[in-house]
Amino acid sequence: MKPTYTRRAFLKGVAAGVATATTPTFLSGCAGEPTPPPKPIGRVIVIGAGYGGATCAKYIRMWSERKIEVFLIERNVQFVSCPLSNLVLGGSRKIEDLTIGYDKLREYGVQVLRDEATEVLVEKRRVRLKHIEDLPYDRLVVAPGVDFIYGEIPTLNNPAAQSLILHAWKAGPETVALRKQLEAMHDGGTYIIAIPRAPFRCPPGPYERACQVAHYFKQAKPASKVLVLDANEDLVSKKGLFLAAWNDLYKGMIEYRPNQEAKDVDVKGMTVKTEFDSFKGDVLNVLPPMRAGDIAAQAKLITANNRWCGVNWQTMESVAVASVYVLGDATLSAAAMPKSASMANNHAKIAASAIVATMTGQPVNPLPTINNACYSYVSDREAMHIASVHHWVPEKKTLEPVAGAGGVSPQRSELEKRYADAWARNIWADTLS
Amino acid sequence: MKAATRFAAAILVGVSFAALAQTYPNMGRDLAAACAICHGTSGVNTGGMPNLAAQPKDYLVRQLQDFRDGKRPATVMQQISKGLTDEQIDAVAAYFSAQTVRETR
Repeated sequence: MKPTYTRRAFLKGVAAGVATATTPTFLSGCAGEPTPPPKPIGRVIVIGAGYGGATCAKYIRMWSERKIEVFLIERNVQFVSCPLSNLVLGGSRKIEDLTIGYDKLREYGVQVLRDEATEVLVEKRRVRLKHIEDLPYDRLVVAPGVDFIYGEIPTLNNPAAQSLILHAWKAGPETVALRKQLEAMHDGGTYIIAIPRAPFRCPPGPYERACQVAHYFKQAKPASKVLVLDANEDLVSKKGLFLAAWNDLYKGMIEYRPNQEAKDVDVKGMTVKTEFDSFKGDVLNVLPPMRAGDIAAQAKLITANNRWCGVNWQTMESVAVASVYVLGDATLSAAAMPKSASMANNHAKIAASAIVATMTGQPVNPLPTINNACYSYVSDREAMHIASVHHWVPEKKTLEPVAGAGGVSPQRSELEKRYADAWARNIWADTLS
Repeated sequence: MKAATRFAAAILVGVSFAALAQTYPNMGRDLAAACAICHGTSGVNTGGMPNLAAQPKDYLVRQLQDFRDGKRPATVMQQISKGLTDEQIDAVAAYFSAQTVRETR
């Protein structure tokens, strides 16, 4: 995991520090820039280049007219989309279809560093990195996504068990590995997905995954079953639409068991244990309970239930640490706000707007309004959506869903599948190019 | 800093959205950014969605009103447009109409 730049060359570039930073263009990957970049008025570091962080980096550069220097720290070489990754399990997409480089962000002058933030030194306003010297910042954006609370599923609390019992809840190698497990399973076998208590990343995701695995079984091994063990008392998203899809498309293939929280796993016996029951399967897909990513915990940004980061929803600034902004799944969600890609992308714009405004002495948006659009694919042909609009309510100092707006599809359709594909193309471009 | 002072004054007297929007110059830009999840940055579609950039403002206002009033059929847009006030529709339509189709960087 070596970064592509040398330490010496890099340090030369950043030695000037924040105030006088004359940022070299060698990291921007855009040597032929027609005009010299304006003198920076300050520096933002963004940790994490997912739907939240990458979008925020791009929009800060756009809206500050390149006056704010932006470093984007990401440990992965490429972006892999979680949305649509269930289609890799279903077989209608390849992981390569969902994999995008960060090169286009460099055209905005975003300095993408392949590295890992290991510590935030809040008092010094510096970020400690794995491969290079600390970097100072004027504003910090933390967009780490989720990490897993393996302690609540004791047997899985070690790397060996985790390599056998996958979550595949971060798209990438695990997605491909889970697909291989499904391919290797005999016809007549059982795939078990265990869903943790809400809130978790992507509320409709587990039910969509049940559809996609059933879709694959229907083509390749029709005697097989999908068993959904849900820690929640009912489906937490798009309930009517999913139940209709299960009944219409996969009758007799998907069994749904509410109030079945995975407490442990017998890896050798391939069994998921809940409070009173045990369920034996052939492929186990256990989603552990989730919390804000590790760096948020290290930076003491977690304020709720040891899990999520409280923010001021007008600006996305942390309620715990000044000048640090938190985006996406890591946040303590506002009322009726899902942990979705669309939301993370729009959190990023609230933050970018507020950061550019405060760093240039302008007023912040008095009434931010954002929206969510989230599609679920029930097969290779049909999809459905949920949508909502969230606006700032000054009296309550939070974002709330606008009454009367939003809703779900009346029914799944091929038209909405085309819109889902179009959503993906556009949000990928909006986030990364 | 003048804008910040005007803004603070507006808050103090508890003014309407329209007045707030006047004190905040980027209302249309910020609203349009939220639409980009489906319609692309600055309303420049990159495949499969209606392009919003550089459309005439009156046309965009009419479409949003028609979605909101249920006059134009849609999957998502009737639900989203109901979340927008007249002032927001005006601001976002003005922003999109001022964009060029070719994305600027």
